[in-house]
Amino acid sequence: MYVKGANTLANLLNLVYFLILFPFCMAIIISIFKHASLFRSLIIMLGGLTIMGVAIYVAVNVLMSGDTSKFVYLEHAEIPEKVILVGEVFLMGLVCFLSIKYKKYYAIIFSLVGTLPVLWMDLTHQAVEGNTCLRIDTFAAVMYLIVGFVGILICIYASGYMKDYHHHHTDVEDRSGYFLALMFVFLGAMFGLISSDNLGFIYFFWEITSVCSFLMIGYTRTEEAVNNSFRALWMNLLGGCGFAAGLMYCNLCLGISNLSQITPGTSAQLIIPVTLFAFAALTKSAQFPFSRWLLGAMVAPTPSSALLHSATMVKIGVYMLIRIAPVMYGTLTGIMITVIGGFTFFAASLLAITVSDGKKVLAYSTISNLGLITACAGTGTTEGVWAAVMLVLFHAVSKSLLFQTVGDIENCMGSRDIEDMHGLIIKLPRLAFIMIIGICGMFMAPFGMLVSKWAALKSFVDSGSVWLVLFLVFGSGSTLFYWAKWLGKICAVIHQSFELEDITPRSEMVSIFPLTTMIVVMCFAFPWMSGNMIQPILDEAYHTNIPDVIGGSDVIIMMIMVAMVFIIPIGSRIMSIGKNSKMTMSYVAGVNAGDDRHYIDSFGKERALYMSNWYMDEVFGEKKFLKPCIYIAAVLVAVMLIVVVGGAI
Amino acid sequence: MNIYMIARILLYILLAPFVGGLLSGIDRVFSARMQGRQGPPLFQPFYDVSKLLSKQTTVVNSIQILFVTSYLIFTIFTGALFFAGGDMLLVFFALSMSEVVMVLAAFSTNGPYSIMGAQRELLQMMCYEPMTLLVAIGFYYANGSFMVNELAKADVPAIAQIPGFFIGFVFVLLIKLRKSPFDLSTSHHMHQEMVKGLTTDLSGGNLALVEIAEWYDVVLMMGIVGMFFVTSAPISILGAVIACAVVFFLETLIDNLFPRVKYMTMLKVTWSVILIFAGTNLLILNVLK
Repeated sequence: MYVKGANTLANLLNLVYFLILFPFCMAIIISIFKHASLFRSLIIMLGGLTIMGVAIYVAVNVLMSGDTSKFVYLEHAEIPEKVILVGEVFLMGLVCFLSIKYKKYYAIIFSLVGTLPVLWMDLTHQAVEGNTCLRIDTFAAVMYLIVGFVGILICIYASGYMKDYHHHHTDVEDRSGYFLALMFVFLGAMFGLISSDNLGFIYFFWEITSVCSFLMIGYTRTEEAVNNSFRALWMNLLGGCGFAAGLMYCNLCLGISNLSQITPGTSAQLIIPVTLFAFAALTKSAQFPFSRWLLGAMVAPTPSSALLHSATMVKIGVYMLIRIAPVMYGTLTGIMITVIGGFTFFAASLLAITVSDGKKVLAYSTISNLGLITACAGTGTTEGVWAAVMLVLFHAVSKSLLFQTVGDIENCMGSRDIEDMHGLIIKLPRLAFIMIIGICGMFMAPFGMLVSKWAALKSFVDSGSVWLVLFLVFGSGSTLFYWAKWLGKICAVIHQSFELEDITPRSEMVSIFPLTTMIVVMCFAFPWMSGNMIQPILDEAYHTNIPDVIGGSDVIIMMIMVAMVFIIPIGSRIMSIGKNSKMTMSYVAGVNAGDDRHYIDSFGKERALYMSNWYMDEVFGEKKFLKPCIYIAAVLVAVMLIVVVGGAI
Repeated sequence: MNIYMIARILLYILLAPFVGGLLSGIDRVFSARMQGRQGPPLFQPFYDVSKLLSKQTTVVNSIQILFVTSYLIFTIFTGALFFAGGDMLLVFFALSMSEVVMVLAAFSTNGPYSIMGAQRELLQMMCYEPMTLLVAIGFYYANGSFMVNELAKADVPAIAQIPGFFIGFVFVLLIKLRKSPFDLSTSHHMHQEMVKGLTTDLSGGNLALVEIAEWYDVVLMMGIVGMFFVTSAPISILGAVIACAVVFFLETLIDNLFPRVKYMTMLKVTWSVILIFAGTNLLILNVLK
């Protein structure tokens, strides 16, 4: 029995190595195929599904084991430290080279400041050594599921999307092999980051994702893309500097080399690295004042947005915050992080009202939701962490689906503006329907995001965070506004409008259908997820059990609501309600000219009619509102760093 | 789920339309008297709806009726959840879901007045949504539970601890019930700049369903007002009913006193009122705890 257990352990360890290394191999293979071909798609599909299968297998094994303590430390690191040193130097060199090439010299400074001291520490053997490097606990398993499932689906989606993309954007040089390779590098780095326990390893993978996202954003090499990519680079490298500082402080002053050693009560000085890590997490998760890099990231092809927003990049930040949440409980750092998160949630949801570019709305919504997750993690309470993990899960699935659908709509209609999605339900019924489910998943009652928001609200109330409660309730109001008006645009039924050709390739549907199904399944599965996925995380982090955050009769009522949402439309279809009513044209206070989009004015002329959505641009538009938000948040971050770090030193 | 719960749900489903219709009738009589008119008979809303139901329904598109029916069903569900003693937060989540469906019904018509009404209705929701959530939180602070049936067993009426929430809620009730000065999304009178707003392109049976849903809604809202006064003592129900009557009269009075405001004014005023009254109350409660 024991032997068998040891075997599974060794097997799992091998599989984890496979998960970290295989995506890099995939990247090399894919980069050989410069242009879209059936063969390349096939490789991506096969390789991707293999990774997904392995990730799910590992995750399920860990989740089902019931006792993750034996997975907590997998002894001896076989990834040689030298590889990581070389990798760090390579990343630094790459950044320096590109910075000089595009004359953005400031990025070099951030890169050097972040990398050289760590290199010095490693080379002079001042780093604490001898500890284990990998750890696979429940939280890592849950993240495996997100990266393995959502991340891989995005890669599969991308293989079809890039072909269409270059079909439409003939001015952009086709480097799709390079782009797809980057996506796999990203996933490899994600798996590495999640599995690592050694802070040095985490830092290495952290930097890979920064550089990777920089390269992806700059894919088109237009001036805008280059500017935006360098903005993303310097902001993330700045966060990386914070991480490096925290890492060095841990190693040199506290004698800590591993993330799992950062537990409450170890040392009063611990708050310094925790604050620095939290700062780094804020940059990664694109919280105010660092949000602009994520907004700029949408210049890249849609799959990169989907990847950055849902399964990878921004989730690293909140992953880190959730890891250090127990230490932040009741500290000034925790309070500042919650305030910054709550503020970001509210401000970004107001800003989301004012933009009409579909991807930009999604970007603001990501920032806003990550603010909520940040705030939850910052409270450091068990309920807060429960809500944070739930939000991470639901957000990953819904957001990746929404990005992919917007990308497809753009490919079909040539625009991703919400105003152009008027009457989408007639023009592209299949995509519209998926979009509706995705949007509902983001804010409507029985769906996942709302469940988590509900839990977040309860956790804020219980922890007495009044300001957060206020941020959350007001933010919910504006969140409802921007999603519902988008939903309304899609649902408008235009007369005499024709279905457009849905050119979405099958490979993209391979990705979109599972995600749509997942949103629906997760509505039903969330009590199970709470019990089997999130409860063990809390056990590991806090060694306590909490009563069900949402439980008992509420769950039953939620299930009834979910059932109603699906039964009413289907039922009305079967009973053919409304089919026998007399049809008429909508009221325009005058004479309709043949359809509901033209009317005859008082001079007898035919005039076109169009109803635009409300954007309230003049009230809290980006021009007016974004700068103050960034300043306020910058002050908050500065206060946090100065008071906590400066005060403790 | 016990027999009392089912009884309460059934009572709500059966009686709420009558109470709601009656309230609507009272509202019209009150308004007429305030304006020095004779006004319609008390049961006029019932006559109206029965006439609407007997008329031929014309629709603008085939999914309109789906949304309207869903709106009615979700509204009834919300009320039933409340009167069965369910979770207060869930009640409000279900409420906003039903409202969104109604807004979608208006959006789907693609008519200028409907869409304008829908946008305005969404803005109204944005205005009152914070307050409705805060009401649930206020009750939780006052009596330590989100469950309506446990809140109803309080020793002291909740109003004693959360008067600020009560003021805020009565204020947003004006928006929720679309009373002037906040009747932006629809109006009781034709020939205004937005015609009938949200319901412009509804007719016959569809319009009747919306009317009935609004009756259910009024009863639910009055139920929430009553919650501020209910304790474990049965006599408190009388107090709650009186409070509801006073609030309802107040809403009608304000409806007749003020002209419609612009949407920005509504947003600023409402959020300020919520912050000042409910927010302060929340801070005080938090300090006291």
